[in-house]
Amino acid sequence: MTAARTTAAGRVRALGRAELTLLLRNRTALAIALLLPVGTVAALRPTMAQFGTGAAAVGADLQSISGGIGLILLYVVYYNLVTAYVARREELVLKRLRTGEPTDPEILAGTALPAVAVALAQCVALIVAGSARLGLDLPHRPELLIGGLALGIVLFAALAAASTVFTRNVELAQLTTAPVLLVSAMGSGILIPLQSMPHLVGEVCRWLPLTPVVELIRAGWLGGSLAAPLEVLRALGTALAWTLFAVFAVHRWFRWEPRR
Amino acid sequence: MDNAENVIEAAGVRRRYRGGFEAVRGVSFEVARGELFALLGTNGAGKTSTVELLEGLAWPSDGTVRVLGCDPFTERSRVRPRIGVMLQEGGFPADLTVAETARMWAGCVSGARPERESLGLAGLADRSGVRVKQLSGGERRRLDLALALLGRPEVLFLDEPTTGQDAEGRRDTWELVRELRGEGTTVLLTTHYLQEAEELADRLAILHEGRIVASGTPSEVTGARPARITFGLPEGWHPGDLPPLPQLGVLGYEVHDRRVVLHTDRLQHSLTALLRWAEERSVPLDRLDARTASLEEAFLAIAGDAGRAGFDTGTAFGTGTAFDAGTAFDAATTDGVAR
Repeated sequence: MTAARTTAAGRVRALGRAELTLLLRNRTALAIALLLPVGTVAALRPTMAQFGTGAAAVGADLQSISGGIGLILLYVVYYNLVTAYVARREELVLKRLRTGEPTDPEILAGTALPAVAVALAQCVALIVAGSARLGLDLPHRPELLIGGLALGIVLFAALAAASTVFTRNVELAQLTTAPVLLVSAMGSGILIPLQSMPHLVGEVCRWLPLTPVVELIRAGWLGGSLAAPLEVLRALGTALAWTLFAVFAVHRWFRWEPRR
Repeated sequence: MDNAENVIEAAGVRRRYRGGFEAVRGVSFEVARGELFALLGTNGAGKTSTVELLEGLAWPSDGTVRVLGCDPFTERSRVRPRIGVMLQEGGFPADLTVAETARMWAGCVSGARPERESLGLAGLADRSGVRVKQLSGGERRRLDLALALLGRPEVLFLDEPTTGQDAEGRRDTWELVRELRGEGTTVLLTTHYLQEAEELADRLAILHEGRIVASGTPSEVTGARPARITFGLPEGWHPGDLPPLPQLGVLGYEVHDRRVVLHTDRLQHSLTALLRWAEERSVPLDRLDARTASLEEAFLAIAGDAGRAGFDTGTAFGTGTAFDAGTAFDAATTDGVAR
């Protein structure tokens, strides 16, 4: 009783460190986390350049960078974490951790820590490279860019935890993550600009989870009409609503041990 | 014990799973500080379902549980730093080494002892560089035990700690558990090894189909069972030649292939009377065997009976009412029961 109590930060760090070791030892997960987003952006850049010519377009370079960030959120944070949470659940690691001092949110946060760190590092690299190599202006409203990125990370980590509810094992994760991955990739303006879609489809797509995150990042970079208060509020509200929904779903339905 | 502080209390605890199955059906018991209490039962008796409630992994659908005076589920942050838990199946990432697993766990434990010390206690010091997936089943149990001990817990929950261990590993674990108990650790142990409960427990409860069907010290639980005297009668002698059974103090008897089994609550009295009779008539009793009931016999008889008799909630075995000779032997008795 006299011994010093552990702190939340200390516990999350201990869990994150173990999870980082596991990520480094899992070649498949590592390859997806490190190569897939960058590879996709590089492969699709020529196509993006064509889309980037319209009047409302944000330009091919920013399209690539914000698209890259979107893909990082989808693959490094979302897909990677669905498999990590499911793997730990099926190994009974989550259940075992719950017998100890870490709280439920700490267990989820600790498991997410390395993926979030890798995602952040990639985003920073992309933003720095974008500013330096592609000769883009510096972000006009950095607070919107940072806020959008932070919200995106929390949202997709929470969506990952929520997706484990209907993912019975690691193999099935490839299937169960497909809806979020496909809909986000196609409908959130990271590969295909919403402006190039029929009006109604574009309107619907603005309410998808990844769309407001991408919009905030672009608004933060370019400023101007994209960063109009009403637009920013709408994007923030949409992203927050999705985050709350995902957190609620996790709170309500998350399974800490395998079905038997 | 009346004055001792109860470290673990369960009162009228029920646990119903989604889907309606009720695994725990009104279980009550207390464990005093420094006591080693064993929950004994067959697979599916409700041991783990009960212990998980005490560990704070779930909450009871009815009744109350207290650990160290707190609700282990809602007051998790107050209870957890003071308890150590070993689950029935330890969950550790397969790709971490033993040392990495211990380091992760130590980062989540208040006042953790050095990891090496804990691994050493569990006999895993020389396996620290090995990945968890390469450990044997017994070694995994040792790792789980090492982690449960990291925080020098006041209360230790051990859910089938020696399952999958070889005889030597089991002995080591028993030795360690005895040492911890000697240092004042309160231990709640579940097991389906009767010998384990007999060796370690101060008190025990037998769970069957979600209910406690017997409880007390090991000798109380076995003492409430009749003892047995077994012998063979020579050619020409029949069980009917024995003295009247009430005179022998015998509750009932069975005959299998000329071997007679007497059941008695007063072993010494019955045995003396039997030997005197044999001496007077010069009857050699072939392979004479007299023994008090072992926990195993008690357990099997109780588990079997409870299933047949369809006990009501919380029937206390200690009173002996439900377990007179009549219900205990009806399936096995070939002849009449003398009372």
